[in-house]
Amino acid sequence: MESVIERIKRGSFSQFHGGIHPPEQKFLTCSKPIASAQIPEQLIIPIRQHIGQAGNVMVKVGDKVLKGQILSDCDSPMSVPIHAPTSGTITAIKSMAIPHPSGLSEACIILTPDGEDTWKQRHICPDFHSLSKTQILEKIANAGISGMGGAGFPTQVKVSTLAKIDYLIINAAECEPYITADDLLLQEHSPTILDGIKILDHLLTPKNILIGIEENKTKAISALKKATADIDHIDVCVIPTKYPSGGEKQLIQILTGQEVPSGVLPSSLGIVMQNVATCFAIADAVINDTPLIKRVVTVSGQALEKPQNIWALIGTPVGFLTDQCGYKNSQNRHLIMGGPMMGFSLPHDQVPVIKTTNCILAPSEIEIASPFSSTSSKEVECIRCGQCADVCPAQLLPQELLWSAKAKDQAQLAKLNLFDCIECGACAYVCPSQIPLVHYYRVAKAEIRQQKLLDIKAEKAKVRFEARKQRLEREKVARVEKHKKAAEARKARMNTDTSAAKSEKSAVADALARVKAKKAQASLKQNTAEGSVTSTVEMTAESVVPVAPVDESKSQVANAIARAKAKKIAQKNQAQIESLDTLQNNESLSSSQAAPVVIDKKAKVDVAIAKAKANENKPQAETISDSPNAQVDATTKALPLEIVNLASDSDDKATQALNKKAKVAAAIAKAKAKAKAKTAANLAAETSFDRAEPSTTPANIDVMQDSNTAAQADIAATKKARVAAVVAKAKAKKLAASSNKSTTSE
Amino acid sequence: MAFWIASSPHNHQQNETSSLMRLVIYATIPGIFAQWYFFGWGNLIHISLAVAAAIIAEFTVLSLRNKKITPQLFDGSAILTAVLLGISLPALAPWWISVIGSVFAIALVKQLYGGLGHNPFNPAMAAYVMLLISFPLQMTQWQPPLSLLAMDIQLTDTLAVIFSGYTPQGYSVEQIRTHIDGFTMATPLDTVKTNMTLGLTVVESMQAPTIGKHFGVGWEWINAGFLLGGLFLLSKKAIPWSTPVSFLLSLFVCSFIAFMISPDSNASTMFHWFTGATMLGAFFILTDPVSGATSVKGRLVFGALAGLLVFLIRKFGGYPDAVAFAVLLCNMSAPLIDQYTRPRTYGHDLGVKK
Repeated sequence: MESVIERIKRGSFSQFHGGIHPPEQKFLTCSKPIASAQIPEQLIIPIRQHIGQAGNVMVKVGDKVLKGQILSDCDSPMSVPIHAPTSGTITAIKSMAIPHPSGLSEACIILTPDGEDTWKQRHICPDFHSLSKTQILEKIANAGISGMGGAGFPTQVKVSTLAKIDYLIINAAECEPYITADDLLLQEHSPTILDGIKILDHLLTPKNILIGIEENKTKAISALKKATADIDHIDVCVIPTKYPSGGEKQLIQILTGQEVPSGVLPSSLGIVMQNVATCFAIADAVINDTPLIKRVVTVSGQALEKPQNIWALIGTPVGFLTDQCGYKNSQNRHLIMGGPMMGFSLPHDQVPVIKTTNCILAPSEIEIASPFSSTSSKEVECIRCGQCADVCPAQLLPQELLWSAKAKDQAQLAKLNLFDCIECGACAYVCPSQIPLVHYYRVAKAEIRQQKLLDIKAEKAKVRFEARKQRLEREKVARVEKHKKAAEARKARMNTDTSAAKSEKSAVADALARVKAKKAQASLKQNTAEGSVTSTVEMTAESVVPVAPVDESKSQVANAIARAKAKKIAQKNQAQIESLDTLQNNESLSSSQAAPVVIDKKAKVDVAIAKAKANENKPQAETISDSPNAQVDATTKALPLEIVNLASDSDDKATQALNKKAKVAAAIAKAKAKAKAKTAANLAAETSFDRAEPSTTPANIDVMQDSNTAAQADIAATKKARVAAVVAKAKAKKLAASSNKSTTSE
Repeated sequence: MAFWIASSPHNHQQNETSSLMRLVIYATIPGIFAQWYFFGWGNLIHISLAVAAAIIAEFTVLSLRNKKITPQLFDGSAILTAVLLGISLPALAPWWISVIGSVFAIALVKQLYGGLGHNPFNPAMAAYVMLLISFPLQMTQWQPPLSLLAMDIQLTDTLAVIFSGYTPQGYSVEQIRTHIDGFTMATPLDTVKTNMTLGLTVVESMQAPTIGKHFGVGWEWINAGFLLGGLFLLSKKAIPWSTPVSFLLSLFVCSFIAFMISPDSNASTMFHWFTGATMLGAFFILTDPVSGATSVKGRLVFGALAGLLVFLIRKFGGYPDAVAFAVLLCNMSAPLIDQYTRPRTYGHDLGVKK
């Protein structure tokens, strides 16, 4: 079988699937020399210009720096340092718009040049063979070199691979329209680039070095061929012009016929690829000790008077470059960083040039009237013509991806290998329906990434929760275990014959004795109390006065019992006498009777209670005769009346403070009355007058009597009396409720 | 200062759906010209009727759906559908056939499924099948070539027949179709099919006046015209090569095998190619991207399936021609075909190499 090299020497190459031939437009800049670098008024140097982490800033505002001085150092392999492109002063370190499709801001160092362009001290090393590989790698890392073709992968990571390298591929394809930066660099600096290639050869010791270059760069090809003529294992491979042959995976396929498996770096196939500009930077760094502080940028487009390639210092604002090329002011300004296929629109012209910026495109409106801009979208429905699938270099099915992306079907997107899309834009370029396919994919990718982050978060939370649950369970078990052990230990200790054990034993015995004594006392108490009094009464009395001292409890209980007894007798006596009065004129009576007597709060409360009771009775009485509607009227009438009474009461005899309390009591009473009225209304239909009367009166009289006794008691006893009143109220309620119940059942 | 923000890619092939449709419409011209030359004005009248009805139907539905009317009305897809329907109708069918067919194709088959790009069936062929099933009498009254007619039919005669059913002289469609010798003439495919049931061999059928020297008077030239148009489209890369090639090859292979097995009861391969709607179907109907398969492999399967179905229905089915039925059946299977013919993505399933 013919080897890859033989095949290449014969001039035959494999092909990648699809690809397109957009208008090249390279003639605008390809025959003009690279203009030398000019120093702008201000340099904006983003701290992170590559794939990976940002370095740590080593300078502070106000520092004077020299050209080439390191501004940020790197502590991890995936971070790359940045350097001062010229001498000057650091005027600010702040967040500025970075060249990124998002247009977001990131930390940038603002350097105001002093115009002197003073270099830091450099150590020229004419023969890199005198250096060890580690020293060379260190030099590359310290020079801040990252891939200059587009992605910005840290170069020292790529070249320090331990894999055995078969092919070192130098990417000079430059397939994007308009861009001629690598072309010009090859035309003008092929010896330096060759030095860079030699350094890479020294580091990686590949079997073969292939330089892939598209056939449309004739001058660069001849320059390269001349430079490499006497080196055996370097082959200049002139490949057919087709976009995107400069894509890493595509170029590998063209030159070696191999496909890079999805999700794997080319180095696993023994292939390393470097851009020509990166080779130039490597040579500059190793030989001249010059860090990566400038690069060639193609400034092109028909909106410029003098489109050309320019050496631009890293951090130069784009506007400075376009001014240098004579940017015509037009209404609809459109600046693109990168080529027309994969570049992105810039939000304004103060975005800086960074290490991966190979082109600034300033197209005229006729030249690129983007069909995908938000204002002029001509997108129509997909007609499944399949042209996108025909041109896709990754052999995806763009139209199916589009449907899934629109439907947000992430599972299907994954199945269709969305993440193998290299966003070359070939599909959107050919789409007759002018659908911005790549844009849909970008959105879908972002959504999937977002979802993954959320999933990871949820997974972490779950793990945390599970761990907590387990810990709590463990602690519980441990606690039980500990208690058990302690109890056992105690037992064991008690069983021993030491004095401590004895004392402990006696303590337990004491406690037991105390409990026994208490029990005996309780039984005694019950005996002294009247047999007819239920234990519940006792219980209530006890629970009502929990604050009372222990020794007094006995007499208290006795008191309560006595009160209860007295109440019962009073009930019996007054039931017949007062029942009718209370029913008919309860409200006015109680208030007029109570008012003169009342002096203190307690009395007020009692009035309220009495009123409530009266209220309670009134509607009940009325409901018996009236229809439900009329009953409602009666209640509403009764309430204002009560309020008026109360108001006159308080105005005449009570202070403002008392007034408030009384009002509260009234409110409580009102609420109670309402509730009662409601239940009464429900009952009204079935309840007869005769049966309702006895059921309501006892409670009422009970309260009246209670309030009388309470009023006559001395001030020291007020507290007790109040408590008793509450108890009585509760009892009355209970009674009323039970009687209501009984009436219903009857 | 406002900058224009757009998503990459920023440049775009100046190629639009409407221009693609226009190109396909232009490509039908040679075939339509042959139709006019051999069969008179009938199809041209039907094409204009269908186009008018289609535009009105499209306008109505688009306005009901609150869509942007101008760009979608003139994207050419409705007009193309109407043209294809008009081509495939019998020349002397009554005017309402093309109107109903056209409205059905646009309003029901296309717009009710969501408009351009969403219809699972080819609108023209779905309408054709609907008409064939609903109005079998009108849809099978094929007019013989002008050269075989007993009378001279002019534009006015055709118009009168289409709109009133009778020529100004009072002849009905049935009378027009009658040969000088007194028998009704049909299409070549119909003739062969009928003769087969009468116990005649294919060779004997070929003697029929409608077939003429080769594969059917006029029909061979119409097919040649569509073939020419199809080749033009292929050269313009407006249609993919895979569908027509696999369709014609499949039809060729099937008919060739059948012919080899029994030459007496099977028509020749070229007869299959150059009669009926074979070339129209191959280059204009099956290549409809919306209702077809999308990948190259899928299109090969799609075309081959259509060829097989056309042959089977022509040979064993109840209808003389089969392109419309075959296309609809293939449309149904297109999503399945797509499902199983996905191309291998770059860097996936490399097998041993990985």
